[in-house]
Amino acid sequence: MTDPRTEPAPEDSLSAAPAGSPGGADLTGAAAPMKLPRTGPGKDERGKDLIREIMTGSGLVSVLAVVVALLIGAVLIAVTDARVAAAAGYFFAQPGDTFAAMWAAVSEAYGSLFRGATYDPTARTWLGQLGIFETLTFATPLILAGLSVTIAFRAGLFNIGAQGQIILGAIFAGALGFGMQLPPGIHLLVVIVGGAVGGAIWGGIAGLLKARTGAHEVIVTIMLNYIAVNLVLYLLKNQLKDPASSNPVSPPMPGSAVFPLLLGPNFRLNAGFILAVLAVIAIAWLLNRSTLGFEFRAIGANPNAARTAGMVVSRGYIVVMLISGGLSGLAGVSQISGTERSLDADVAGNIGFDAITVALLGRSTPWGTFFAALLFGAFKAGGTSMAVNADVSIDIVLVVQSLIVLFIAAPPLIRAIFRVKSPTINPPTIKPPTISAQATRGAAV
Amino acid sequence: MSTATSTVRDQLAVRSWKVPIAFGFMAAFAAVVFAVFGPDGRATFRLSQDSDAWQLPDLVLPAKITGIIAALGCVVLAAMSYLQTRTVGRTSRAVTSSFTVLFVAGFLIWIIGGTKTQNITLVGLSTGAMLIVTPLVFGSLSGVLCERSGVVNIAIEGQLLAGAFTAALVGSITGNAFAGLLAAAVAGVLVGFMLAAFSIKYLVNQIIVGVVLNVLVAGLTGFLFEKIMKIKVGGATIYNQPPHLPNLPVPLLSEIPIIGPTFFRQSILGYLMLVLVAGIWFALFHTRWGLRIRAVGEHPQAADTMGINVNRTRFLNVLAGGAVAGVGGAYFTLVAVSSFSKDMTGGLGFIALAALIFGRWNPIGAFLAAMLFGVAGNLKSILQLAVTPVDGQFLAMLPYALTILAVAGLVGKSRAPAASGVPYVKG
Repeated sequence: MTDPRTEPAPEDSLSAAPAGSPGGADLTGAAAPMKLPRTGPGKDERGKDLIREIMTGSGLVSVLAVVVALLIGAVLIAVTDARVAAAAGYFFAQPGDTFAAMWAAVSEAYGSLFRGATYDPTARTWLGQLGIFETLTFATPLILAGLSVTIAFRAGLFNIGAQGQIILGAIFAGALGFGMQLPPGIHLLVVIVGGAVGGAIWGGIAGLLKARTGAHEVIVTIMLNYIAVNLVLYLLKNQLKDPASSNPVSPPMPGSAVFPLLLGPNFRLNAGFILAVLAVIAIAWLLNRSTLGFEFRAIGANPNAARTAGMVVSRGYIVVMLISGGLSGLAGVSQISGTERSLDADVAGNIGFDAITVALLGRSTPWGTFFAALLFGAFKAGGTSMAVNADVSIDIVLVVQSLIVLFIAAPPLIRAIFRVKSPTINPPTIKPPTISAQATRGAAV
Repeated sequence: MSTATSTVRDQLAVRSWKVPIAFGFMAAFAAVVFAVFGPDGRATFRLSQDSDAWQLPDLVLPAKITGIIAALGCVVLAAMSYLQTRTVGRTSRAVTSSFTVLFVAGFLIWIIGGTKTQNITLVGLSTGAMLIVTPLVFGSLSGVLCERSGVVNIAIEGQLLAGAFTAALVGSITGNAFAGLLAAAVAGVLVGFMLAAFSIKYLVNQIIVGVVLNVLVAGLTGFLFEKIMKIKVGGATIYNQPPHLPNLPVPLLSEIPIIGPTFFRQSILGYLMLVLVAGIWFALFHTRWGLRIRAVGEHPQAADTMGINVNRTRFLNVLAGGAVAGVGGAYFTLVAVSSFSKDMTGGLGFIALAALIFGRWNPIGAFLAAMLFGVAGNLKSILQLAVTPVDGQFLAMLPYALTILAVAGLVGKSRAPAASGVPYVKG
């Protein structure tokens, strides 16, 4: 969506400006081509870091990263398969059996993963056959939370706190949902806004502390995640507890406060998906077309230069964390008003952490995040059917997801594996925004 | 004369009123909650267990009077902090630490005095806390080793989990707890190797690598747990029955009330923890090796100029940190419980990170912070069923809230090594 080379010129001068400023040494150091002990196809790329790769790295690396991650996953599935182990017992007598068993194990697992995420003609129910809609359902909160991480990334902040912001969004949405009685439509609107406010408060705390005291947002958001988990546990024991249940769950959301189903009662896909798509469009506009978005990107590229240019960096941090938290809060709404329908301690699942990998895979662009979330939604939808049909634990999906991000983060590694020539088009006058050296300065403070 | 004025001015420039203000609020809280509205009950602390050689009488404190004393002390110390800030510019460490101790003590007595079952075995509280403290300290020490050399380690959680899993698996296969321990260290080193390789060699952002490694280890251990550890032979899961590391009481020392059962009736891992805390502290601050590490973490350019190989130092330190955290992970499956379960570290790696920050990147500080967090966590589980003035969930929030206050500079100032998180590129 956003090719940095086509971005407005002022940003280029911004990121080229930092010489002499604190952190400038790191920036120039990181940008300079390095001398390497070993020669390899990726040697010119070594000096680049992840964020730059997110902005400029070729799509080829992303595809290859997915391929390598799936291959490693396949190896794991094959070596832990019981039939493979049995056939390996007489490997030297009939090696073909071992390879046949390996192929069977892997193709069964990945086959059911793919069919579960897209279309499975053998399934008995409509829901089972058209897994593609389940993919979209799983993708909905991932899109919103992924956007949350993405927009913070662009302003040079790591929002590790999507998890806590989702929980706060769900708490607010839930309290407004089953605590009030409003006409349909208005009620849902109140719930959506409330959830966004809840997440924004939680994100805003991190932004405020970063702006006022310099407290590093990574530490603050990690800690806020755990505070949120304990807060929801407390509320589910007291104020928000369903009196009719002995478990720590809230009362169900009333019909007026849930997203309408898009495809009838057979599918879980709901209007939350439309909200997510609208959010992608809005954030894409905000980042690429608005003054505020330009400010965010300028701050992310080089806060010192942004300050020199007259922008209020501290206010930028607060505003971007409010928006980021609000988006995560919306992800909480999509959970509680979409699929979960009542609040429990596990309302955020693993979405907040998946969102980080989604944003990285999406290279921190809104539409990239959208498609990355679709891919991860497909992994989730397919992983469930893989666990049932092929007896492969859904945890393999976590392994594949994290490997994808690791490989995307280290393109030289991927290029070395596949002997891909690194693109040498890197005109020194046009530098993409580099945030990490700034963003992680004194990372743990 | 002019020099003197400029020094005074410099001090004025750095004078921060955050600490006295924070103390003032806390003292006011103590005065209102502990003293004025303090519970009328008594807090009974049992000092000995029935099996102890020396029996000590129970310590019975009237909650209200003790609360008043604690609150008064807090007010006095807050006033001292105010005076010190006015004259010297900052609050002395003695005042800060006495305030913390007094506030925590008053808080404890307030909670226990207000609880229906006003009877707490102090030994149970401290020995139970050690179950949390031991892996916490190992995790924090891993963080100290990494961050002092300039690499942020968010992957402590993953290293602990990898250690726990490997110790259980190898321990079950070999039937030898020490083989399990060694394997756990190797597993921790492997996670550390990935952290080091990606962040130092490929210059990937350290925070991202850490976050992703946690997911990777959770996925790998979960997958292998389902595939391997659930294999049953003769009705038993043979790959998830690790042997136990025995408790080794130290003669005499283990009979000291409270301290004995807490520190001197532990498994070998408990003693290793104490040795490592003291050893790493000494090595970091009193040896040439430690000076080099800190130089690399604070100012890598200067260290490089002096001929220290910055990236090799960092690489080795991250590997050493991985070994320490891996051994700490073994505590879960070889000492605390007798089998591995999915995600059994349950976020303790992040509390370890909190202890590291709250302990100001110092091994001894991290140890004390881990003790505080461990006691708070254990108090929460002890008070789970009782009716208390504070819900256990808020006690569980304490480590995280304190850490946020610490990084925000409201309670003291927690400052990371200057180059922590910044990759070093020569030239």
